[in-house]
Amino acid sequence: MLYILKTALELGFLYAMVPIALFISYRVLDIADLTTDGCFVLGAAVSVMMAKAGHPILGIPLAMLAGACAGFITAFLHTKLKVPSILSGIITNTGLYTINLMVMGWSSNQSLLKQGTVFSMLKNALKDQKTDFMVKLSDWYAVILSSVVVIIVSLLILAFLGTRLGLSIRATGDNLDMVRASSINPAFTITVGLCIANAMTALSGAMVGQYQKTVDINSGTGIVVIGLACLIIGETIIGRRPFFKGIIAAVVGSIVYRIIYAVVLYTKVLPVEFLKLITAIVVALAIAFPAIRKWFAFQGKKIRHSQGEKAASSTNESGKGDK
Amino acid sequence: MLDLINVSMTFNPGTPNAKTALSDFSVHLDDGDFVTIIGSNGAGKSTMFNAIAGTFFVDSGSIKLGGQDITYLPEHKRSRIIGRMFQDPLKGTAPSMSIEENLALAYLRSGEGFSPFSHITNRDKQEFREKLSLLGMGLEDRMKQPVGLLSGGQRQALTLLMATMVTPKLLLLDEHTAALDPGTADKVIELTKKIVEENHITCMMITHNMKQALEIGNRTFLMSNGKVVYDVKGEERSKLTVNDLLEKFKVGTGQALDNDRMLLS
Repeated sequence: MLYILKTALELGFLYAMVPIALFISYRVLDIADLTTDGCFVLGAAVSVMMAKAGHPILGIPLAMLAGACAGFITAFLHTKLKVPSILSGIITNTGLYTINLMVMGWSSNQSLLKQGTVFSMLKNALKDQKTDFMVKLSDWYAVILSSVVVIIVSLLILAFLGTRLGLSIRATGDNLDMVRASSINPAFTITVGLCIANAMTALSGAMVGQYQKTVDINSGTGIVVIGLACLIIGETIIGRRPFFKGIIAAVVGSIVYRIIYAVVLYTKVLPVEFLKLITAIVVALAIAFPAIRKWFAFQGKKIRHSQGEKAASSTNESGKGDK
Repeated sequence: MLDLINVSMTFNPGTPNAKTALSDFSVHLDDGDFVTIIGSNGAGKSTMFNAIAGTFFVDSGSIKLGGQDITYLPEHKRSRIIGRMFQDPLKGTAPSMSIEENLALAYLRSGEGFSPFSHITNRDKQEFREKLSLLGMGLEDRMKQPVGLLSGGQRQALTLLMATMVTPKLLLLDEHTAALDPGTADKVIELTKKIVEENHITCMMITHNMKQALEIGNRTFLMSNGKVVYDVKGEERSKLTVNDLLEKFKVGTGQALDNDRMLLS
């Protein structure tokens, strides 16, 4: 049981940067950024290849930089060339497939054998301490490292969204007319926002890549939908207002999702292959919820209306009968 | 102050839907002018505002503001020196952000002295509080609340404050009280007059209220078919009545008023 929890926490924190990225692009900027899938693999590829070359630590910021470049291309297509935002993401995502293969040396997967990763470095450092506590702690090295990274990143993003540039980015998703009237260039704020979001996605990919010591060209498939599911699960638990709760929701949602995943995996109530379908259904239902609620309310109104009509006509008829 | 010289703008040129919204349009405003603008729908009032604010670039002619040629300056750069308000109270503010954050954004228009990474300071908050209390709506005690919770009138008053927070060279008001109830509209108009006078802002206001058009400001334009057909100020304007204006409208446009709303009040 503890093992399940540990795995869930590890994966939850490792993947948490994806819902955080989607919080920035989908909630703050109001853009569904489909660059995410390819960007995740890009981050993983850069970080694994750098680790392979003996630079695991350098691989992380480089992966983020690569992710920011991918975000920049999507933003450029959208803001300057006026390609609709969803299509911009899909175009970048498609192009990234080739870029990712290129990064991975034209091979569809790459693995780390004996090369060190940021995780193995921390694990060894903890073991070297030789105190009982530290050695025990070394079991939890992945949780420690990934949670520290997530917490630092979350705090930085929260601080950033309170700055004048951050406020401008939030206003861009809220009211574009007002942004133009406040001398803010929306093309600039959208670009900065998408660069940051994709740097986060790539950071997640980079951490996951070194954690699993492998990267596969298809490992990003469906990441964007899973990320959205995490965000929505988190928002249901934590709430959406005030807006900074969104970041906490992203992290909590990611962990809860991975706990569900782990439980399904170990108890085998469902074949694991079903998870993506269930995830897709959860996301579709959650996003469709307001429309569904409205439809039911309307049907209820219609039924009450027709019952009211019937009642009215029957009393009329009985009235006539009396005469 | 403001010069529009031979400005022309045609929408959908070369198609059956081609519409010449402004043709050879020229206008000059002096520093401190407060112009009220009336005209029927499609007369080109809003198009003129859009041309000045930079929503689109004009086909030909030039636009100068305070000696600076702004003809090809992008909209977000023009908004540093031009404040603008719309009829729709939802257009001027970001609903999910707090009053304080909205005001901080309005401050960006000063364009200097702020690093993009600076936060809202306590001194900023103090200043926001003072400015909000001038509105007399109690908003200074609700600075942390999202703007979406405010009423239309409150949002419009806040937008006015934001548009004039950094004193603009030119303020464009596009029927900014038309969507408000009469009492609130009066209040927003009073605030407008007060702020414009105190800061000596050059201002243009579109209105459908003939009486208002004559009472407020120092000059009135009557527009029709993309042209100013009647431009009145000074003594002639002070003697003008609503009925005179209606007559001018008939003569100037060759048609009777097609908008009942203008005749009311």
